[in-house]
Amino acid sequence: MSYLKSLVRTPWFWGAVGIVLLLALNTFKDPNYLAIGVNPTTGLLSGNILDILRVSAPIIMIALGMTFVIATSGIDLSVGSVMAVGGAVAMETLSTLNAPASPGAMFAAIALAVLLGAVLGAVNGFLVAVIGLQPFISTLVMMLAGRGIARVITGGQNTNATNAPFRELANGQVLGLPLSFVLAIVIVVLIALVMRRTALGLMIESIGINPQASRMAGIRPRPILITVYTLSAALAAIGGLFTVSEVMTVDVSGTGYQMELDAILAVVIGGTSLAGGKFSILGSTIGALLIATLNKTVIFLGVSSAATPAFKAIVIIVLVLLQSERIREMLLGRRSRRDMTIPPVTNPATRTEEAVA
Amino acid sequence: MTALAPSRPTLRGNWERNQSLLPTLAAVALFIGMLVYAELAYGRVFHAGTMSSLLVSFAPTIILAVGMTIVILSGGIDLSVGAVVAFTSVSGVMLMNAGVNGWLAIVLMIVFGGLFGLVAGILIQYFTVQPFIATLAMMFLARGLASMLSTVPVHAPDDAPIRLIATDWKIIDGPKVNDLVLTPGFVLAVFVVIAAFVYLHRTRAGRTVYAIGGAESSAQLMGLPVARTRVSIYVISGALAGLAAVIYTAEVGGKAQNVTGIGWELDAIAAVVIGGTLLTGGVGYVLGSVVGSLVLAALWMIITKDGSIKPEFLTIITGSILLVFVLLQRVITRRRVE
Repeated sequence: MSYLKSLVRTPWFWGAVGIVLLLALNTFKDPNYLAIGVNPTTGLLSGNILDILRVSAPIIMIALGMTFVIATSGIDLSVGSVMAVGGAVAMETLSTLNAPASPGAMFAAIALAVLLGAVLGAVNGFLVAVIGLQPFISTLVMMLAGRGIARVITGGQNTNATNAPFRELANGQVLGLPLSFVLAIVIVVLIALVMRRTALGLMIESIGINPQASRMAGIRPRPILITVYTLSAALAAIGGLFTVSEVMTVDVSGTGYQMELDAILAVVIGGTSLAGGKFSILGSTIGALLIATLNKTVIFLGVSSAATPAFKAIVIIVLVLLQSERIREMLLGRRSRRDMTIPPVTNPATRTEEAVA
Repeated sequence: MTALAPSRPTLRGNWERNQSLLPTLAAVALFIGMLVYAELAYGRVFHAGTMSSLLVSFAPTIILAVGMTIVILSGGIDLSVGAVVAFTSVSGVMLMNAGVNGWLAIVLMIVFGGLFGLVAGILIQYFTVQPFIATLAMMFLARGLASMLSTVPVHAPDDAPIRLIATDWKIIDGPKVNDLVLTPGFVLAVFVVIAAFVYLHRTRAGRTVYAIGGAESSAQLMGLPVARTRVSIYVISGALAGLAAVIYTAEVGGKAQNVTGIGWELDAIAAVVIGGTLLTGGVGYVLGSVVGSLVLAALWMIITKDGSIKPEFLTIITGSILLVFVLLQRVITRRRVE
C-alpha cells in the first residue's frame, strides 16, 4: 500500500499513465495498433510503437537539455531553432562532401553540427551568466537569430543530401529498436551518471533554489550556467540531426519549429518545477515519450497536425495550474504549506534577475 | 528599481530622467540616420508616397508595440500576440462569411483577443504562473485553434465593412504616385498611441502599471489595486492584438490565414526595447515604442530597397539590433545601481 502511494507520488507516474491511456485509446480505435510487423523490402521491424520511439528521440534530447536549464530557474527558448541549425549544418556538410557511403563524412557532419550548436549555446550562457540578461530574452533572441543562421547556412534552400551511414541514424535498428532512440537513451544515461555521480547536478539545483546562498556556499554560478546552456544547445543540435536523418532534408523553417514548447512540456510533465531547484531526468524522458505518443495519436485520430499545439497548450496550462500553490492548497488542504520545499515565487521577473546577479 | 517617482527638479533628478531617456534618444537618432542613409543610397525616401505606405503597413506593428509596452512596463511579457492576431483574423473572417453582421464581427475579433489576454492575466495574477509561460501557452493555444478553424486562407465577403478600414484617404494629391495617403486603420493606430499615452501618464491605473513594474510588493503595500490592474494589462494587450488583426486583415484585402503573425511578438518586443523601455519593467515610454516600430519599418524599407541583402538575414539583423539595445539597457541600469 505504501509502495503504491509512493509510486503515485513519483513525478513521472502520471506521465506513464498518460502514455498508457493514449495507447489504449489508439488500440481501442484500431485493435492492431500495437502490432509489430516485418517490412518485407528492408527486413526491418515496423510498427506504430517503433515510430513513436523514433520520433521521440529528438524530443528526448531537447527535453534533457531543457531539464537542466529549468532546474537553474532559467529557460531555453532557442532549442527549436538550434535543431534547425544542427540539421542545416549536417545537410550542408554532407552535400558538400558528396560522399554517399562514407562514415567519415557522417562523423564530420555530426561534429560540426554539435560544435556550432554548442557555440550558440555558449553565447546564450554568456548572455545569461556574464551579462546578466533574463534567460527568456537571450534565448528568444537566439530563437529569432538561429532560424536566420540556419537559412544563411543553406542559402535559404531546403538542402538535401545522400549519405547512407547518416541515414541509418533514424532509419537503422539495433535489436529491433530505432537507432536514434537507442542513441538518445545512451546519451541520457551518460549525462544522468555525470549529473548524479558528480556534484554537478546538486550545484545546478542549488543555483535554482537560491543563487545567492549557493554562491556564498562556494558555488560559482557562471561556469555552471554557461555549461548548462551549452549542453542544452548541443543536445538540441543532436536532436536536429535525428530529425533531418529521417528524411535526409533540412526544412529551414520547419525543422524544430515550435519544438521549444515540446521540451518545456516534457520537463513539466516529468515533475521538474518551472520555479527551478530540482530536476528529474527519468521524468523528462517519460515526458518526451508522452509527447511523441500525443503527436502520433493526434495524427492517428485524424486531427490536423497543425492543431496539436492547442492540445499541448491545454495540457501545459493544466500542469502549471497543478503546480501552483493556490490549487495545491485547495486540493491537499493546509498541510501542503509545510511540505513545500521551494519558497513561493511572488514575482517571477525579479527572481530570474536574481538568478544571474 | 525605479518606480519613476515624480522627480524633484534637482540636477540629480534631471540627470536620472535623462539617463532613462538615453536609449529612446539613441533610437530616434538611429531612425533619422537610417532614413538619411536610405535617401542618399536609394533616393525617394523623403517622399510622401513612400512614407505613407510605410506608415500604413506598419500600423499593426505599432499597435502591437503599444500593447507590449504596457505589459513590459508592468514587468511581464506577452508572447501570444502574433498567434492571437492569427486566431482573431481567421475567426473574424469566418464569422463574416457565416453571415454575422460585419461590424459585430469586427467587435468580436477584438473581444476574442481580450479573452486570450484575460486567461493569461488570470493565470499570471492568481496562479503565479510566470508571464512568459502563461503567454507561451496562449500562443500555442491561439495558433492551434486558428489551425483547427482553417488551414487554408479564408476571404471576407466583398461587401464586408472590414474592407472600409483599408480605404485610401488622399490627404495631399502630389504628382504621379507621390500622394500622402492614409487609411482609417492608420488613424486608429494613432488613436491607440494617444490613448495609451494618456492611460500610462495621466491615469491612476497607468501609474499603477509603472508601480507594479518598479516593485510589486511596494505597490501592494501602498494599497494599489495590483491584481485588477495586472489582469487588465493582459486583457488590453490581447484586445490590441485583436485590433491589429482587424487592421492587418483589412490591409491585405480581407484575407486571413492561420500562419499570419509568426514572429510578430518578437517585432513588438524589439520595438519596445529599441524605444527604451526596460525589460525588467517600471521604466519606459509608449512614444519610445512608436519610434522603435519606425526603426524596424526603416530597416525593412532599407532591406527591400537594397535587394542585395538576402531576406534570410532579416531575422538575424532584427535579433542583433534587439540584443544591442538590451545590452545598452544593461549597461545603463548597472551604472544606476552602482
